[in-house]
Amino acid sequence: MSEQSDFPLPEITPLTEPYWKALSEGRLTFQRCGSCGAAWLPARAECARCLGDELGWETASGRGRLVSWVVYHHAFHKAFAQRLPYNVAIVELEEGPRLITNIVNPQAGLAVDRPVQLVIEQEHGVALARFRVV
Amino acid sequence: MRGNIVIAGIGQTAFGKLPGRSTISMNVEACRKALADAAIDKSVVDAVFVKYPSSRFEGKYGQKVAEALGLQPRIGGVWDQAGASNISMISFAAMAIEAGQCEVALACFADNPNTGSRKVFERSLGDEAAYGWFGVTAGYAMIARRHMAEYGTKHEDLAAVAIACRRHGAANPNAQLRSPLTLERYMSSRFIVEPLRRDDCCLLSDGGAAVLVMSARRARELGVAHPVPILGFGQGQTSWEVPQRPTLTSTCAAISAQTAFRMAGVGLKDIDVAQIYDCFTITVLMTLEDYGFCKKGEVGHFVREGRIEIGGELPINTSGGLLSETGMGGMQLVLEGVRQMRGSATLQVPGARKCVVSNQGGIMHTHSTLILANE
Ligand SMILES: [Zn+2]
Repeated sequence: MSEQSDFPLPEITPLTEPYWKALSEGRLTFQRCGSCGAAWLPARAECARCLGDELGWETASGRGRLVSWVVYHHAFHKAFAQRLPYNVAIVELEEGPRLITNIVNPQAGLAVDRPVQLVIEQEHGVALARFRVV
Repeated sequence: MRGNIVIAGIGQTAFGKLPGRSTISMNVEACRKALADAAIDKSVVDAVFVKYPSSRFEGKYGQKVAEALGLQPRIGGVWDQAGASNISMISFAAMAIEAGQCEVALACFADNPNTGSRKVFERSLGDEAAYGWFGVTAGYAMIARRHMAEYGTKHEDLAAVAIACRRHGAANPNAQLRSPLTLERYMSSRFIVEPLRRDDCCLLSDGGAAVLVMSARRARELGVAHPVPILGFGQGQTSWEVPQRPTLTSTCAAISAQTAFRMAGVGLKDIDVAQIYDCFTITVLMTLEDYGFCKKGEVGHFVREGRIEIGGELPINTSGGLLSETGMGGMQLVLEGVRQMRGSATLQVPGARKCVVSNQGGIMHTHSTLILANE
């Protein structure tokens, strides 16, 4: 099996479709509650703070900080066997939401709370929100 | 309620690779042995609490176990808090007995990821599979990295946990992994998901275990030889997935322990031995901190120089824990707590009078605490 044929593409649902569409257009977006102002990723149908359901999408600045990261030395999915070792990181956007991502320039030196900047990359026809440390 | 409820019997299967054994069959064996341990007949059992096998979820599993046990329990079903389930089931059994809903409860768990499917432990952790976010190990590694960065926690501190558990497991004839570990071998073992190495990760194991829960009064009526009183229990749920969790370096283990110690009316200084859920070494470090055995960030000092090994100030996981005895989700720790309170453990802590047991599940999503006594 090639990496191409079984790459784990995101499952796009009515709830997440606005997120992936915006990302394909070059914008990283997150949800904000119209009632209490809480902001988060990934998409939810209701606000977990006030339980309101009047939610909107906002575009992120692309600036954030590195919360934590790991380096895979074992591939739990064969699509990633060829890229070992690879990193997966948690980034907190300056607007508050946190997301799973990759750091594209780990050779620059990774450290928690280091500032990062959005880099949108295409992979297997999907736009992914990655970051570089700055 | 303190001390009114006892663990009257314990039972377990062999641990390791048990090809061809169904989880139902292993549950029955563990329950049969728990009944035999208490020397009572199954006819007095009127409640069956079951943790579903992590490796395979199926509906009405609790009824399937009860059917195989030939029982029609007044209370019976499956409880799901992942690895925290076993202590929680014992807690709910105790509360149900106190509330007059049942009298004698079996709580049991069996799983077979070693010879069956381990896919559940390697699956994608959400919609983020495209980023390579797979496997339970990675979630714990994410937490470990942050803990190391915030508090200066070292690989040597993680190693101290693995070394203690492996030393204790080596003394346990029933343990799945009986080779002791040195710091040198730990430091040279390969990373799975950095910063966690192979020796930071628990075993994958087939096996089952069960406990029999009843009131102290009922245990006296039935002539149970070695009842172990439950002094307290508590639970706490962090709930957030790892990426969304506002803080990675503490969990609701703290609330779970506060509840259990308040109920028990004892303090940390009264604890002679601890069985701390060790799915990964970082879990033990954070549980010791969140329970209050040491200040946040000082756990490295706490675990060094053999303090958590037999003969140390707070021996943990005296039968080897998930890292050495068996990777099954938590009931084996309760069994070892019971043996310590009976004075019958292989690595017995001399004169041990109080034992705390922790269970936790998911990626530190759930937590449950049990305090046992020998009084
Ligand atoms: Zn809200």
